[in-house]
Amino acid sequence: MELKPCVNIRQEWDIVGARQLGREKAKELGFGTVDQARIATAISELARNIYLYAGIGKVYFEMVDHLGKKGLKIVAVDEGPGIRDLSQVMQDGYSTSGGLGAGLPGVKRLMDTFEINSEWGEGTEISAVKWVR
Amino acid sequence: MKKERLDLDDYRKFLKQYLLTHDETALYQAEQLSKLSVQHNVSPEEIIHVHIKALKELYPDLQQEVSDSLNFLLEAMISYGLALQEYQSLREKQSALESEISVAANMQKTLLQTKKPTITGLDIGAVSVPANQMNGDYYHFIEGSDGTLGIALADVIGKGVPAALAMSMIKYSMDSFPEQLRQPAQILESLNRVVEQNVDTSMFITMFYGSYNTKNHTFSFSSAGHEPGFFYFQETASFSEIKARGLVLGATSDARYNEEAMTIHDGDAIILLTDGVTECHLGDRFIERDEVLEVIKDYLHLPAQEAVEKVYKHFERLQDFHLRDDFTLIILKKET
Repeated sequence: MELKPCVNIRQEWDIVGARQLGREKAKELGFGTVDQARIATAISELARNIYLYAGIGKVYFEMVDHLGKKGLKIVAVDEGPGIRDLSQVMQDGYSTSGGLGAGLPGVKRLMDTFEINSEWGEGTEISAVKWVR
Repeated sequence: MKKERLDLDDYRKFLKQYLLTHDETALYQAEQLSKLSVQHNVSPEEIIHVHIKALKELYPDLQQEVSDSLNFLLEAMISYGLALQEYQSLREKQSALESEISVAANMQKTLLQTKKPTITGLDIGAVSVPANQMNGDYYHFIEGSDGTLGIALADVIGKGVPAALAMSMIKYSMDSFPEQLRQPAQILESLNRVVEQNVDTSMFITMFYGSYNTKNHTFSFSSAGHEPGFFYFQETASFSEIKARGLVLGATSDARYNEEAMTIHDGDAIILLTDGVTECHLGDRFIERDEVLEVIKDYLHLPAQEAVEKVYKHFERLQDFHLRDDFTLIILKKET
């Protein structure tokens, strides 16, 4: 199996590393500057969630291909406390009102697909894809 | 590649025009583009992107630092784009909520509707207008088979949906009381128990209940902390406050209410109201109760329904057509 490009998130500085790696992959795939910026912001948001709420986790990237469409998939995994109320964190205004940034609804908007799995006490896995236009 | 919703050719054209002439027309076009962009959900980073492209087409030898700095700006705008989208989705949610509330308000109207009875010798007028969509005031007429007319008037302290929900409860409890138990004090005591047991302690309801005997023309009444109404005596052309004391509904489980009575003569009137009438704001002061009476007196010679409507219109105008509290006014006149 091919080794996936991956960044471990342990400290705030690692968020930048994740952005950088993600942007390189996005450039390789031919994303324009606006989409590159959006992808980088989504990565920031996901990595920052790991850093703030789980402490340790990782972000990895996959080049995906669907019916000739090329895309970049970001996967963020942690073994933190998990999210107790998913519908609450997916609500507009839940994180933004506290000044925490775009939050998960923001990531969903920045990307084309968004999937979240979280078990209370077992951690969280979020994956999101952006297609090259 | 998908066509930009923000047209690059137009943008380049206006930008060029501006750079060459510093023409106000070009700036006006930019304003139009900006409005259109908001309408079509074009985010700020997309505009900057188009700007960079247009600039590079106009100046192929654009200094690298300038171009890089614009990319930096684009990155800095991303969160504003997200905020715009969030705002739009919240606005949609808000309009969904508003239409839900207006459905609820219509339902409330149907649930709480009361028929103004036609009784020979009595001229009755009633008006009740909510400050917002849902009414926290409530009035109800109950005609007894023994020739009495029951008049209930209640006001939930608070406005909007919670107040309206509490009102529906009052109405249905009252409907369930048997006719022989419809004495003012009894009704308030029963309702007090219902409210005390079913409504959060932070919510209070004031209520007035009066029973008009159409045979001997006595009016007996009790009040649960409700804004006092007035009797009008034709003989002396004077008003007197309807005095009745009692705790607001729901304050304690065993509240007792006194019952008073007054004989009504030809030409006299009973005026019942909620604090939305007496607490009209005039600029930053409340209107005085005497001023309210003066206004009522001006219209009292009219048929009762016309009178209450005229009084309402008067206060509506006085408050710049913006009610701060639900407004309910009932006038009963004994015809001569």
